Amino acid sequence: MQFSLKIRERNFSFQSFNEIMAKANEEKSGDSLAGVAAASYLERMAAKTLLAGATLDYIRNNPAVPYEKDEVTRMIQDQVDEEVFVEIKGWTVAELREKLLSEASDAEAIRRLSRGLTSEMIAAVAKIMSNMDLILAARKIRVTAHCNTTVGEAGRLGSRLQPNHTTDSIDGIIASIKDGLSFGVGDAVIGINPVDDTLENISRVMDKVYEFTHEKVNAPTQICVLAHITTQMEAIQKGARTDLLFQSLAGTEKANRGFGINAAMLDEGLELMRSRGPAAGPNVMYFETGQGSELSSEGHEGVDQVTLEARCYGLAKRYSPFLVNTVVGFIGPEYLYNAVQVTRAGLEDHFMGKLTGVSMGVDVCYTNHIGADQNDLENLAVLLTAAGANFFMGIPMGDDVMLNYQTTSYHDIAALREIFGLRPAKSFEEWLERKGIMVNGKLTAKAGDLSIFEE
Amino acid sequence: MMDFEGVVGDVSRNKPVFHDNNVAWALKERTGARIGVGRSGARPLTSEVLKFRVDHAAARDAIYDSVPEDVLKRHECVSVETLAADKGEYLLRPDLGRRIREEDLETLRREFSQGETVLILIGDGLSASAVEANLDDILPSLRTGLERHGYTAPRPIFIKNARVGVMDHVGEALSPETAVLLIGERPGLISSESMSAYMCYKPRFGKTDSDRNVISNIHRGGVPPLEAGAVIADFIHRFLELKTSGVNVKGA
Repeated sequence: MQFSLKIRERNFSFQSFNEIMAKANEEKSGDSLAGVAAASYLERMAAKTLLAGATLDYIRNNPAVPYEKDEVTRMIQDQVDEEVFVEIKGWTVAELREKLLSEASDAEAIRRLSRGLTSEMIAAVAKIMSNMDLILAARKIRVTAHCNTTVGEAGRLGSRLQPNHTTDSIDGIIASIKDGLSFGVGDAVIGINPVDDTLENISRVMDKVYEFTHEKVNAPTQICVLAHITTQMEAIQKGARTDLLFQSLAGTEKANRGFGINAAMLDEGLELMRSRGPAAGPNVMYFETGQGSELSSEGHEGVDQVTLEARCYGLAKRYSPFLVNTVVGFIGPEYLYNAVQVTRAGLEDHFMGKLTGVSMGVDVCYTNHIGADQNDLENLAVLLTAAGANFFMGIPMGDDVMLNYQTTSYHDIAALREIFGLRPAKSFEEWLERKGIMVNGKLTAKAGDLSIFEE
Repeated sequence: MMDFEGVVGDVSRNKPVFHDNNVAWALKERTGARIGVGRSGARPLTSEVLKFRVDHAAARDAIYDSVPEDVLKRHECVSVETLAADKGEYLLRPDLGRRIREEDLETLRREFSQGETVLILIGDGLSASAVEANLDDILPSLRTGLERHGYTAPRPIFIKNARVGVMDHVGEALSPETAVLLIGERPGLISSESMSAYMCYKPRFGKTDSDRNVISNIHRGGVPPLEAGAVIADFIHRFLELKTSGVNVKGA
């Protein structure tokens, strides 16, 4: 492994592999805030060049955080398919990039190959890929998962209906659900971010939304209430019904401790869902991630935000999640400053998640204090649909009145399906046809009318 | 001049179509979310797009605007700045927004006595509009509340490009017993005029969120600023009685 390089008569030296990994990143404000970013364009290119020549074997032996110190590292290392790894360990990162892009590598070949990769290898290759490389390679990979419906099938684009309300009013939540269903939104999950994370409230929201979805309108989908995992587990143990168990993940043990979670807790959650959950499964977990969250919770261990994000997917993989969602424009300008950085992060995350082998969606979004707007959001949603994302969020007009940010709207989901000729999940599409909302994959005159559902 | 609200509904004759208008309107009333807005094909109607974009525009302007000088003058504020040179740097470097410029520390030491009972700090934060919209109501009610408890506060300190932690730096310089920072929140689409009040007993370096009490969502459609002023004064009184703040002090 080389640690120094001369370019155009300038000498660049790096102290560690983590430093090369960090400085090989495209420009991100979060890496600057962490003090790990390249200081110049040429330094960034020096890092990318050295990284391109690194072997997968070297990367395997130099994880971002030491094996002894971090349980996320241990999980990533221990789940590597050693048989596949032996075949590819002599490859350089550049050769991995070219393998992924080659017409000789189809979806099956890439899926097999991915079993021999660690998260650091996946991050490394993303760092030397352009935006279009990331789209092309991700598009080849298909990851499907099944809970009550199937997500990720060819020709289909899923959506999370996000009917948040400022006071968790059930009537208000159900009004938003009706509006979303009438647009054909909600086939991946109906997922509520609660205001109030108490056992009583979470149980109430779970039960009422479950009842409306599965017993009243009988929509073939999943429900989820995005409270802390411990609150959800307690609610389930006391008899509340939910199809998916949610948790936000970080890429280090230390940052996960900041979130109040660890692997043992996630193991217990999965076990509880498989034994007590009402959903068919086998995929019953829903995770959210996002670049910058480790630094934000002071658990980044000096590692850059792309590598840490890849490690989140490595952790997620252990639990065969139904959905993994990277929330890409929410964290603030000190981590992702503007539309260029958000776009790059969205494409990196989606690619890295898919190459890891998890069912990947993206919360394509912006807050009002970053340099991005509605047009930037729409651009990224189009790019990610081209890249084959499994699902996006759907919110009334994209305006989340509870979390105070903007994400993709019910209209955007309908438009993306129309532009790319995509349909909702099969069983959900059949339900939409029975309700007269969709015919042959096209919305009918009834679509967008929330009054068609009886009280 | 014609008002946006009066015009936007008439830019197009196309309206949302509902199978049952009564049901649709009843559902719309149950949430502040933008439901039942209609469509043309897969896209929203023009008036809804314009309303959304106006809300976003107000939010963007709120971040980059400055608090007008006459507002600060009216309240006799002493104005200082943090190390963040402009809004761009402010957004990228939260640490710089927590430190007062060296020359401004001199100003503070000159203008204020050490060990005041309570200091009133005002920060633009992420919304200059919030400061402009709420100051005229919240400051008089806060002063009245403090007087009722027998306290007086000196002139307010206005801090440009401020983060919450800047109150600790002011605390280091002036050693007050307590301080309140009135600061503009990250603007949402519903309101770009929302303010938070962060309150702390003996603000000094090393204090964290758990040492502070906060009242958020202060604006005309949320916690009314007149009401918030009185609540802040009650908190300050509790801090001085209990000689602590934050998680140790429940709602006053």
